[in-house]
Amino acid sequence: MNPYVLDLITASPEVLVLAMGCLILILDLFVKDPSHTSTFVLTMLTLVGAAILTLFTSTGEVVYAFNGLYVDDLMGDLLKLVLYLTAIVTLFYARPYILQRPDLRRGEFYVLMLFATLGMMVMISANHLLTIYLGIELLSLSVYALVAMNRDSVASTEAAMKYFVLGALASGLLLYGMSMIYGATGTLSIPEISDALVANASNPTILIFGLVFIVSGLAFKLGVVPFHMWVPDVYQGAPTAITMLIGGAPKLAAFAITMRLLVSGLLLLAPDWQGMLLILAVLSLAIGNLAAIPQTNIKRMLAYSTISHMGFVLLGIVVGVVGGDARFALNAYSSSMFYVVSYVMMSVAAFGVIILLSRAGFEADRIDDFKGLNKRSPWFAAVMMMIMFSMAGVPFFIGFFAKFSILQAVVASGQIGLAIYAVLMSLIGAFYYLRIVKVMYFDEPIDESPIVAPMDMRVLLSINGLAIALFGLFPQTIMSLCAFSLLRSL
Amino acid sequence: MDMKSLYLTVPLAPLVGAALAGFTCRVAPRWFSAGVTILGVAISLVASLLVLQDVLAGHTFYGNLYTWATSGNYTFSVGFQIDTLTAMMMCVVTSVSLLVHIYTIGYMSDDDGFRRFFSYISLFTFSMLMLVMSNNFLQLFFGWEAVGLVSYLLIGFYMNRDTAIFANLKAFLVNRVGDFGFILGIGLVLAYFGTLDYKTVFDAAPSLADKTINLVGSAEWSLMTVTCICLFIGAMGKSAQVPLHVWLPDSMEGPTPISALIHAATMVTAGIFMVARCSPLFNLSPTALSFVLIIGATTALFMGFLGMIQNDIKRIVAYSTLSQLGYMTVALGVAAYPIAIFHLMTHAFFKALLFLGAGSVIIGMHHDQDIRNMGGLWKYMPITWITTLIGSLSLIAFPFFSGFYSKDSIIEAVHFSNIPGSGYALFAVTASVFVTTYYTFRSYFIVFHGPERWNDAAHVAAAHAHDDHAHDAQDAHGHDDHGHEEHHHGLQPGDKPHESPWVVTFPLIMLAIPSVIIGYFAIDPMLYGSFFDGVIAVNKGMPVMANMEEEFHGPLAMAIHSIQTVPFWLMMAGIVVTYYFYMVKPSIPDALAKKFSGIYKLMDNKYYFDAFNMAVFAGGARKLGAFLNRFGEATIIDGFFVNGSAKLVGVVAGIVRHFQTGYLYQYAFTMIIGVFALLTLWFFTT
Repeated sequence: MNPYVLDLITASPEVLVLAMGCLILILDLFVKDPSHTSTFVLTMLTLVGAAILTLFTSTGEVVYAFNGLYVDDLMGDLLKLVLYLTAIVTLFYARPYILQRPDLRRGEFYVLMLFATLGMMVMISANHLLTIYLGIELLSLSVYALVAMNRDSVASTEAAMKYFVLGALASGLLLYGMSMIYGATGTLSIPEISDALVANASNPTILIFGLVFIVSGLAFKLGVVPFHMWVPDVYQGAPTAITMLIGGAPKLAAFAITMRLLVSGLLLLAPDWQGMLLILAVLSLAIGNLAAIPQTNIKRMLAYSTISHMGFVLLGIVVGVVGGDARFALNAYSSSMFYVVSYVMMSVAAFGVIILLSRAGFEADRIDDFKGLNKRSPWFAAVMMMIMFSMAGVPFFIGFFAKFSILQAVVASGQIGLAIYAVLMSLIGAFYYLRIVKVMYFDEPIDESPIVAPMDMRVLLSINGLAIALFGLFPQTIMSLCAFSLLRSL
Repeated sequence: MDMKSLYLTVPLAPLVGAALAGFTCRVAPRWFSAGVTILGVAISLVASLLVLQDVLAGHTFYGNLYTWATSGNYTFSVGFQIDTLTAMMMCVVTSVSLLVHIYTIGYMSDDDGFRRFFSYISLFTFSMLMLVMSNNFLQLFFGWEAVGLVSYLLIGFYMNRDTAIFANLKAFLVNRVGDFGFILGIGLVLAYFGTLDYKTVFDAAPSLADKTINLVGSAEWSLMTVTCICLFIGAMGKSAQVPLHVWLPDSMEGPTPISALIHAATMVTAGIFMVARCSPLFNLSPTALSFVLIIGATTALFMGFLGMIQNDIKRIVAYSTLSQLGYMTVALGVAAYPIAIFHLMTHAFFKALLFLGAGSVIIGMHHDQDIRNMGGLWKYMPITWITTLIGSLSLIAFPFFSGFYSKDSIIEAVHFSNIPGSGYALFAVTASVFVTTYYTFRSYFIVFHGPERWNDAAHVAAAHAHDDHAHDAQDAHGHDDHGHEEHHHGLQPGDKPHESPWVVTFPLIMLAIPSVIIGYFAIDPMLYGSFFDGVIAVNKGMPVMANMEEEFHGPLAMAIHSIQTVPFWLMMAGIVVTYYFYMVKPSIPDALAKKFSGIYKLMDNKYYFDAFNMAVFAGGARKLGAFLNRFGEATIIDGFFVNGSAKLVGVVAGIVRHFQTGYLYQYAFTMIIGVFALLTLWFFTT
């Protein structure tokens, strides 16, 4: 068979999403229904189709396509499946929210969602610096547009503007770093960069220079200190449904490109980038947790909480290689992957509860809006409590095992002080999560109006909350999947 | 059925009964709670008897059934050691427990806590059986704490009564003191032997006999002495030895069947059982044995004195229990462990009988416990009268009764001993014979003979109440002689006491039989036969048992010979004196009390143990707590650490928050600074 066709088969999920994205964009022009139900259904079907294709094209082996621009491996497949699931859940949660708001109630929402997903898929499967950049830009441009979709909202426009300018700056940094790496190694392909480093045929000064810029660009995407300034403003300014999108799935893609760039490409520079990431992680843990405490807006609070969670993810990557010894690397990286997956699960659920409490003309984004939730809906108060406990790292929720496995990896690397620091910071972090639980259960409700939400969302949110508890009891299933996929990919 | 299942049946049957009765205690009918627990204990008794028969046929068992935990080099198991000592204890516990279960049907018939009560006593039976059947110290400790828990629950059974709550808290706290010593002892065993299994520990004990340890500074202490004294402190708490005895008189706040089962017959003897079980350790430390001896002798004599002036029928029996526990401890102190166990067994029967008899009197008197309101009851309660007389004769060691054989053997054993303290102990146990007879027959004469005083009970009750108030004034925490006022119904004018129903009198008769005969039949095999061979270690340095065996010529000869001994005449003197004091010239005791008012006051305040504990330990602990609360908690922990760190976090958070200005150029600038800082760091440090 023509190798070009083989390439298309390997990349068939991306091809499908791209084709469907274009098709839906055109079809939506003819949709008269203001709720765009058919567009919604088609988008869902596309995501399900992509999931099926991903499952069927998964060989368990590392397969390169398009002359090494693209790679299909188990880590990519697993992350993509989580990505589709997250996108589907996000769409379900987002739908009632956008239906209540005429400005958002447009077909473009679904198309942009699909293109953002495609961007993330490309990032996850990127094997080449240019592919990485392509994916990042596809994701970013879609998200900028989504944030700005509520054109009449000053907050949304401001958030979109900030995000766009800072995102452009970060892309510039990343691109500049890539050019340096190219200058030092003479190639843009990640495996070839690795080979060039092994062959010791590169200029170390330029390499380090490039590395700093690459790490800075990645840090922006992950949203870690000091490249985090956009996070709180964008989280708060964007419509909640979009915040949910930004806060969830892109972390999976950012994790993937971090692994591909730093671990697959620049492993020989591990002592350097580990040191840089360590600084970023330590700062993120402190600033994220401390700044979350005085917040009164729950979206902003969750933004700072994201910063601290990403600090934890970095901790796992930081302790992979100890003094040139990569024995603990698999354990450490799979802990990070587990952390990202569980964080996405919790983050989507938390924003889901905010959307649940919102209604037309009312955003339940203040902490005060959660007061007395137990009296209004004991079940969803319990779901929110599980989410908050899990984020705080209370046993036995999934968040506990995520933190626990990271800490275990840190301790295994011999950095006890770092582990203690992380625990102390989580302890401070527990305060603002528990405050949510406190206001839900012990304060009198300010807002007495009944909760309006469709049944599908209620059921899905309940399942999401229960999954946080259930995988807390059986974390080993996800954990071993992460470890296995990483083992077969790196 | 194989033997292991039979062993398991013994503790599990009462546990199942307790669970069934306990979990259904709000819904089940009364007959169910009573029936299911009685069935459980009855099964347990039958199984125990089968085990005893099997053990007498020479089949012992030592082994683990279940590994509870493994930690490092230590393994903790659940296991059984079945030998003659265990089998005998199992039979005593289950038989007395069964009779108390039956008795309870009558005693608690009009109580709201009927079902709860049955659940508790079955749970107690399970715990006590786990304690005696254990083959290691950890399971012993489990049973030890479990019986303590049930005891605590039952002392506070009438939970709406302040005095009951005070009493169970007191029992709990005092037992903590004992348990602290006990667990230190177990810790020492684990530290130096590396295991808690009896067999391994006892086998290794001789090799550590001369081992010394440093406790304070460089002084050398014998490991065995320290371990044994620590273990014995545990026994002092559970078996109510001076000065940890203070909880037992107050435990009479619990219902009477419990006083019989837990606070007389079984639980309080756990300390005695434990020391006998650990005889291979105690034999290695004459110092510890002397300590045991002196504590026991003091308890035997001085607690007996207190029984002489009590007016509450249950408290008299309670002080008598203290005194008898002292006797058992004395026997342990002279390394005559079999005699201690022998007295434990006979005491279990006759003391349970006396308590249940007292309970029967209390039922007859409509829950009036003051003996000054009683009198001449023999006419109205014939079965209670006869059985109580049998129990009393057994208690005062009248020849041929069970108590005679065990108590006289103890006195004899002390006679043959020559360790430090044995002289004092001999005086104490001999003098106690008179004291025992005095308080036993004082109570007996006042309750069953003499004028029928309940007719002017109203008058006496008023005086009694007045007496209580006077008591209150002199003892700020005087909770002792009152508290049962709430149910101080007493007889209505014109009422007469009546004999109790058969569920009450049947256990009395069943207990009266062993109270009379078991001593006669058991003394030869238990003390001088091979019953305890290989189970209780013989102390080679103190041949008390061997010397006694030479003197022993059968139970009949022992009884006849006793007529020539001092204890017998002291006992006879006791009977005569009490008869004269309380039947012939009742004015004498009051006159004596007035004449020796100083001593009377000392005894009435129980040697000021309670006052001292309240002032020094309880008061001191509360003052210390208040100080720590004020200074440690409020100032250091809350003020500095909690509020201080919260403030610090708040301040830092406030500062961090101000970096988020909302200005785009500042955000971009921060990112550039970040890149610049990383570049600088990496180019100038590497």
